[in-house]
Amino acid sequence: MTADPGVPVVSDDLPALARQARWQVVKTVTSSKAGHIGGPLSMMDLLVSLYFRQLNIRPEEPDWADRDRFVLSKGHAAIGLYAVLALRGFLPLDELPTFDKGDSRLQGHPDVTRLPGLDSSTGSLGQGLSVGVGMALGARLAKKPFHTWVLLGDGEIQEGMVWEAVQVAARYRLSNLTAIIDRNGLQQFGLPSSEDTVRTDRGDRRDPWFGVDLAAVFTAFGWRVLEIDGHDYGQIDNAYALAQAGDHADRPTVIIAHTVKGKGLSLAEGVHTWHSIVPSAEDFERARQELEPDELELLDAHATSAPTMNGASA
Amino acid sequence: MTAMRDVWGEKLVQLGDADPRTVVLDGDLANSTKADKFAKAHPDRFFQMGIAEQNLIGAAAGLASVGYVPWTSSFAVFFTHRAVDPIRMLVAQSHANVKIAGSYAGLLIGAVGKTHLDIQDLAIMRAMPDMTVLSPGDNHELVAMMDWAQANDGPVYLRLTRGAVPDLFDAEYVFEPGSVRELQAGGEVALVSTGPQTSRVLAAAELLAEAGVQPTVLHLPCLKPLDEAALLSALAGHDLIVTVEEHSIHGGLGGLVAEVLTAAGAAPRIDRIGIQDTWGESAGDDFLLAKHGLSAESIANRVRRNLPIRH
Repeated sequence: MTADPGVPVVSDDLPALARQARWQVVKTVTSSKAGHIGGPLSMMDLLVSLYFRQLNIRPEEPDWADRDRFVLSKGHAAIGLYAVLALRGFLPLDELPTFDKGDSRLQGHPDVTRLPGLDSSTGSLGQGLSVGVGMALGARLAKKPFHTWVLLGDGEIQEGMVWEAVQVAARYRLSNLTAIIDRNGLQQFGLPSSEDTVRTDRGDRRDPWFGVDLAAVFTAFGWRVLEIDGHDYGQIDNAYALAQAGDHADRPTVIIAHTVKGKGLSLAEGVHTWHSIVPSAEDFERARQELEPDELELLDAHATSAPTMNGASA
Repeated sequence: MTAMRDVWGEKLVQLGDADPRTVVLDGDLANSTKADKFAKAHPDRFFQMGIAEQNLIGAAAGLASVGYVPWTSSFAVFFTHRAVDPIRMLVAQSHANVKIAGSYAGLLIGAVGKTHLDIQDLAIMRAMPDMTVLSPGDNHELVAMMDWAQANDGPVYLRLTRGAVPDLFDAEYVFEPGSVRELQAGGEVALVSTGPQTSRVLAAAELLAEAGVQPTVLHLPCLKPLDEAALLSALAGHDLIVTVEEHSIHGGLGGLVAEVLTAAGAAPRIDRIGIQDTWGESAGDDFLLAKHGLSAESIANRVRRNLPIRH
């Protein structure tokens, strides 16, 4: 595997990292008795690939001014981000159990005032892309080369504020901004779907964008659109490279990544009720069988310090 | 007299001249708010965000996070009402270095009606932890506040009136957060006000003096933070406290003074003059001031009626 000069490559085993991160999500939510599962799992391959192959960041210097920026707009997936940040060396793995507890740096939604390594607070949905627009404008004004990435849920882009940001990003030709949409097709409740009672005229499907050609919408708004399988690392890497490439310097890029909510945990895959759920003891055991990585003992041995990944470089 | 918005626009240009971190984000009202002066002087640091105030605030937070000092330009009502959620999460909760300038706050914004009047902004912003809430009484105070805001990291809400306000202070004015300004010492009754209303309160005090009543006049330029001990000290010994604000009587200056006094166990009569539990309307300044009891004459009359009967 190759990467741009200056971009650290810290692991070439993304599936193992993603499985480990997914396991940390399920374990943490179970022990904390709070949090979300479906969304963190659907975005995990996108996030692991971003943090271990793309972002120009320094875990030992989280406030480094020239770092690439990342905003998790779908802030309720915070535990997924915390798990990846821990694996990437921004915080100890054994801090994850403090998630959502008093005085913790790992709040239920990302809090930029508490945890170094976060670039923005998020939680009230639909706000992250606007922050990314400001970061990208700032990078251009300061003549800094960093790239800004914003990961959005397909549910939260129902918020009008998202489309305010979409139109401004295109008008300012923010080619240094990439939006990634975790297109898992499910939101917390949505509209009930039943084979017998579907009324398409009412949008009776749980998919928040049922009946809408999202790629065409973004294209019409002046964005470059890449549509991928959000669990295929080859497609993810390719899209990330294209998003950062200079051959479309007049437009921001959106990567519409088709994903499966709850991915990696068979009980949860495609089941909207796993949006936020605390697994039962039985479900947890099943998750352990499916997700607990072989490398767990190795990683736990490094739990109180920044873990060293295969092929890590400073 | 120079309109406050003109002074704001000119001062923005100066801040931009002196500090390259200064950027301005406009919600398509720059020629109203007078941010257009900055657009002309520093076009590269002026961002037209369109009629989309939520995104404007979010982008300002993003710019702040990478080291800029963003100032915002729109009508107060579109920030404090329409964009209140991104202000809450991305600015106040994030302690972002964003300066929210709410232009056209209060009643006196030209005949545009209740949709555009912001008579709850102080209540909303005051309830927001981490937010500094400023309400300048004249142009010297405004300039001093802008210098302070530029120099100090953190979220600021700056309440601006559209038109001209008589001078209360001079060019040497130095702004201190939380300060209580005693503009006139008196007894029996104390008038407390903020923003451009203070000049009308001083005019009311003159009318009262003609009637033999010498009120204390206090000006609060900063509703948050507030030096509560200084306020209590300045109000001590008065039988009647009258708060006067170009804002709803709920949650603004009157609410603040009542909270401070009652929490301290001091319980003089407090009469809150301001917009009662109602909306504004399209009308001229004089009509609106008189209707809501904010003209000098109506303030003086109401104080006289409410003074304790003397024997």
